[in-house]
Amino acid sequence: MPNMALKKNPMPSQAPDVRNHNFSEVALGYTEAQAIDEAQRCLNCKHRPCVGGCPVRIRIPDFIKEMAAGRFEAAYQIIAESSSLPAVCGRVCPQESQCESKCVRGIKGEPVGIGRLERFAADWHNAHSQEAPQKPASNGHRVAVIGSGPSGLTCAGGLAKKGYEVTVFEALHLAGGVLVYGIPEFRLPKSIVQKEIDTLMQLGVKIETNVVIGKTITIAELMEEYGFEAVFIGSGAGLPKFMNIPGENLKGVYSANEFLTRINLMKAYKPGSDTPIQHGKHVAVVGGGNVAMDAARCAKRLGAEVTVIYRRTEAELPARREEVEHAMEEGIQFKFLTNPLEIQGDEQGWVKAAKCQEMALGEPDASGRRRPVPVEGSEFVIPLDCVIMALGTSPNPLIKSTTEGLETQKWGGIIAEDETGLTSLTGIYAGGDAVTGAATVILAMGAGKNAAAAIDEYLKNK
Amino acid sequence: MNKILKKQALNPTVTLMEVEAPLVARKAEPGQFIILRVDQDGERIPLTVADYDREKGTVTIIFQIVGATTEKLNHLNEGDFIHDFVGPLGRATHTEGLKKVAVVGGGVGCAIAYPVTKKLFEQGAEVHAIAGFRNKDLVILEDEFAAHSTKFVRMSDDGSWGEKGLVTDALKKLIESGEQYDEVITIGPLIMMKFVCRLTKEYGVKTIASMNPIMIDGTGMCGGCRLTVSGKTRFACVDGPEFDGHEIDFDEAMARGRTYQDFERHAYEEACNLFKEEK
Ligand SMILES: Cc1cc2nc3c(=O)[nH]c(=O)nc-3n(C[C@H](O)[C@H](O)[C@H](O)COP(=O)(O)OP(=O)(O)OC[C@H]3O[C@@H](n4cnc5c(N)ncnc54)[C@H](O)[C@@H]3O)c2cc1C
Ligand SMILES: Cc1cc2nc3c(=O)[nH]c(=O)nc-3n(C[C@H](O)[C@H](O)[C@H](O)COP(=O)(O)OP(=O)(O)OC[C@H]3O[C@@H](n4cnc5c(N)ncnc54)[C@H](O)[C@@H]3O)c2cc1C
Ligand code: SF4
Ligand code: SF4
Ligand code: FES
Repeated sequence: MPNMALKKNPMPSQAPDVRNHNFSEVALGYTEAQAIDEAQRCLNCKHRPCVGGCPVRIRIPDFIKEMAAGRFEAAYQIIAESSSLPAVCGRVCPQESQCESKCVRGIKGEPVGIGRLERFAADWHNAHSQEAPQKPASNGHRVAVIGSGPSGLTCAGGLAKKGYEVTVFEALHLAGGVLVYGIPEFRLPKSIVQKEIDTLMQLGVKIETNVVIGKTITIAELMEEYGFEAVFIGSGAGLPKFMNIPGENLKGVYSANEFLTRINLMKAYKPGSDTPIQHGKHVAVVGGGNVAMDAARCAKRLGAEVTVIYRRTEAELPARREEVEHAMEEGIQFKFLTNPLEIQGDEQGWVKAAKCQEMALGEPDASGRRRPVPVEGSEFVIPLDCVIMALGTSPNPLIKSTTEGLETQKWGGIIAEDETGLTSLTGIYAGGDAVTGAATVILAMGAGKNAAAAIDEYLKNK
Repeated sequence: MNKILKKQALNPTVTLMEVEAPLVARKAEPGQFIILRVDQDGERIPLTVADYDREKGTVTIIFQIVGATTEKLNHLNEGDFIHDFVGPLGRATHTEGLKKVAVVGGGVGCAIAYPVTKKLFEQGAEVHAIAGFRNKDLVILEDEFAAHSTKFVRMSDDGSWGEKGLVTDALKKLIESGEQYDEVITIGPLIMMKFVCRLTKEYGVKTIASMNPIMIDGTGMCGGCRLTVSGKTRFACVDGPEFDGHEIDFDEAMARGRTYQDFERHAYEEACNLFKEEK
């Protein structure tokens, strides 16, 4: 008999007024008993609607059935057929708009906590599995992967398992992409990312950090001189946008990327770190996505009063619901229907305030969301000493500008076939945010996986 | 990990290191820079490629000890390794078609000015190098400049080396004496570059300034290195580091450069204390 409780088993978490002073993980994970209890809420539906909501089609009812019976390793193996980063996706997937949005238990009550169960299975496996992956026999073919985010890591793993000699080139000094420089420790512990990378290295994948493709080595050189027969571009969408309003270059104005990189990659939050970060007292974060929530929650943890400024309403916030709730619990203020017009500075060039304007929602725009329109005469000033711009990012033009014949969209996204990731150049594939613009970990992972299959086909038939 | 093959103190606060970095050496051009981290948890700092040897696979850096990271770097010796060393970053200096150029360097900026001076000279251009230092004890690269310029003007604040005065005085004198430059290239403290640019604007001589804002990634990812040029925001690490000097908002750049001053003074003192304890 399934467990007919209307609500999910709540996630054990650090209390809000404790966690907003530290960088340790917020959500602590289910116990075995909670995981089994939650798994028993699944009805094992014949038509499997939840699977359709998962971009990589994890066999959700099947893995949950194993969990309900306490067979966690078996559950993990089912997930691993479709996902190479379950410990990551179980934590950061926007489940409420993917798998869980399709769950029949969500019609009356809350859906099954699919993401939480996935996380449990992955963590259980990582804690209990002794088996080190074996490097498969080499098939003698060499593939280069550019970027070590989820798309690049997944593509590298897929190919390495088939015996390819894979080298990942990463511009920064540490592998992991946004998983290490963007998403904070309290949401995704870096040890989990490192574990995935260690696994890849055991499979024989080489990781060359401190190599900027397009500067240190070009793609043409990789293929012509270094002997790589195919290349996967997973370089992400790292170029930050600004608003182009007055005062944006004052001291105390950061892009979210800079703020988060200083904190996550460079560990500026730790006392004694060599990399500085401003500890603002009154911080505003402009934007409403996951990036804005992460920046706001980091600023809070550095001791600031934090306000998120968003030009639409709470209902339109693009961030994951769970992150918004966590932010609100941690004492972060939200100013909805508000847009900054100007950042004002003091004589030394430090931020002292932001002049804002109230907005109202007008007619729906092309995206179907109601367009925010300014309310005449509604300007007001908020005193601040730090402003973080989290307005989105676009693909970095470096690779396009140094790779002749590589076609891109006007906004910079690399043009690649949906199913295979093949670009306009033979043997060169691309996927993840570099193709789609800023999206999600699971989509990037899916693209890396598809490209690995396509590269395998291509090289087998070459 | 990149091995230090040679270390040489150029003056009490400026050090030269030749570093094994074959991939960087293969591509580096004057005007480009590298980013390094001294150790595991170190800060990322940018330094200009002062010279390179493609055959040997080495890159030379010249740095002034101004804070915690450069202090730590200076404690490494020949045979030690620099933890991370990435490049070449930024755009190379545009030298094509230049027939007559004045290169104006100030202080450790001369280290950055030297490779382009050498390249222009080797291309056969007429190169007037003007170098300025506070006093004779701080002079670096004197022989190198002398060997790679058609005219070398030495300036010092106190007159202990060359002529007493500022580099702008020397440049003004040359322009007024009728020298016509295709371009002036200036590298040094922001305040010096600001005044060089103000001077050349008066005379309508095109001027390129090499900017050195605070950087992290050096690939266009953080926006920390942004400057206002011609009223537009530009990222020095990918769009620069060189820009049209007459279009740069120097006052903004100077203010932004001081963002972490207090933090850094503190970190520097800590690093110095650490090394004192070790001794
Ligand atoms: C703060 C933040 C929070 C987020 N939160 C979530 C979330 O909760 N859930 C979710 O699903 N998604 C989230 N995302 C989005 C998600 O992280 C991205 O969609 C995903 O990481 C994209 O993966 P990728 O492999 O395409 O690229 P990235 O992760 O961006 O990795 C690209 C890598 O390539 C490297 N690189 C770039 N250019 C070069 C070059 N020329 N040479 C060598 N290396 C290069 C970069 O340094 C980087 O390491 C978040 C993003 C951010 C920034
Ligand atoms: C493109 C570029 C090329 C450069 N080339 C050289 C070079 O060839 N030789 C050389 O001696 N210096 C060069 N610099 C400056 C050098 O990066 C800084 O001196 C160094 O980062 C200081 O680090 P620190 O920890 O020792 O000092 P800190 O304690 O960090 O700072 C001391 C002083 O340096 C300034 N500063 C701090 N960080 C940076 C930074 N990342 N970039 C610029 N200034 C900073 C601070 O505002 C402060 O005034 C260059 C900078 C750039 C951006
Ligand atoms: S990968 Fe994401 S969408 Fe798919 S089942 Fe897991 S949490 Fe849901
Ligand atoms: S829709 Fe929900 S209840 Fe049905 S199988 Fe999927 S997870 Fe289980
Ligand atoms: S240093 Fe980060 S964008 Fe230039």
